[in-house]
Amino acid sequence: MSVRQSLLALLEEGPSYGYQLRAAFEERTGSTWPLNVGQVYTTLARLERDGLVEPDSADAEGHVFYRITDTGRAEVASWFASPVERTAPPRDELAIKLALAVTVPGVDVRAVIQRQRTATLRALQDYTRLKVRGADGDLAWSLVLDSLVFSTEAEVRWLDACEARLARAAAEAREAPPAPPQPRPQTAPKEARR
Amino acid sequence: MSTSIEPQRPVLELRDVRRMHGTGENVVHALRGVSLTVLPGELVAVMGPSGSGKSTLLTIAGGLDTPSSGEVLVEGTALSTLSRKGLAALRRRSLGYVFQDFNLIPALTAAENVALPRELDGARARVARADALAALEEVEIAELADRFPDDMSGGQQQRVAIARALVGDRRLILADEPTGALDSETGEAVLRLLRSRVDAGAAGVLVTHEARHAAWADRVVFLRDGVVVDETGSSPGADVLLEAGR
Repeated sequence: MSVRQSLLALLEEGPSYGYQLRAAFEERTGSTWPLNVGQVYTTLARLERDGLVEPDSADAEGHVFYRITDTGRAEVASWFASPVERTAPPRDELAIKLALAVTVPGVDVRAVIQRQRTATLRALQDYTRLKVRGADGDLAWSLVLDSLVFSTEAEVRWLDACEARLARAAAEAREAPPAPPQPRPQTAPKEARR
Repeated sequence: MSTSIEPQRPVLELRDVRRMHGTGENVVHALRGVSLTVLPGELVAVMGPSGSGKSTLLTIAGGLDTPSSGEVLVEGTALSTLSRKGLAALRRRSLGYVFQDFNLIPALTAAENVALPRELDGARARVARADALAALEEVEIAELADRFPDDMSGGQQQRVAIARALVGDRRLILADEPTGALDSETGEAVLRLLRSRVDAGAAGVLVTHEARHAAWADRVVFLRDGVVVDETGSSPGADVLLEAGR
């Protein structure tokens, strides 16, 4: 979805052809989410089908320029005006792994958490180095980097919270010997907890 | 982010450092055998839950506390071989502390705060002031030299504290949650500064619980229950992660 909206938004600045759109998209997002040019042309074809863009002239080298239509402009305006929808959370391998680690017998959960924390911090160091290396003058790219930094940091904080919760659970288990396992209530809500 | 190929002498070395408090049944092991080497141009972050030994590690590295066993070397000198006087002199000449609450003396101007360790070390007032002004220049607040701490923002005060930590020839900076009292943007500016002073040849140890701040370090060491449980190692660069074609 975001590719479609992004290309439309870029076309608001004036007619462009596929390669130019791809370059503009990658420039602003620091090549964080690479686009292949095939994807760009497929998207342009769909946008044309839906009446949001129309082909303009071609240049001497045969590049077909696309121009945004009024409907397309309205679509861009409504994209910027509305929040990004939070649909069902995407499958999160780490959350799944931890959920299984705490339930499958014999897994050293603390070790799983620590290994992940080290790896996540390494990623955070790398993003920070990219920042130091001068995303400074480039507002769009530095915003994307900050987004990566903050979400990586959130993962570390979540891991810290998991560890603290495990430690608390272990302490409680030491204090009170565990009750015999209860069968799960049949009426438990079906939806995912996280 | 040191570029020299020659092996460098560590600025700080902890060898199997242990620290116990109390005796008998009440003994608490704050550190249980921690080894750590920090080279010139290297910033090492220490992370860990509270009670993991982070602050003990920093006070021991700074000679403010002595290990129960093991050895601490600052620029090659084993702290255990020094007299009290010698230790105090080494602390003044070789290392500087940066605290969460800045710890500047309110009755002294920025320049006087920074000059103080030089003067205590016997430098003449004029020399100490010149050194202080140079240090303030390096942290980009030369124009605030004659201001008092109360007339400065938190970020500016922390810059003064960093200047004070590195005035003269001191090359080891020990920072205990230096961004704790600052908002996130100012905190980041302080880290950027710390990073650049380390890149210019100092060595730094940064204790923090903020992953985002630890990420400015070359290496992150995780401490838990007084032992190093993991570290990120020094990474060659960011290109592995993102194809930064810029």
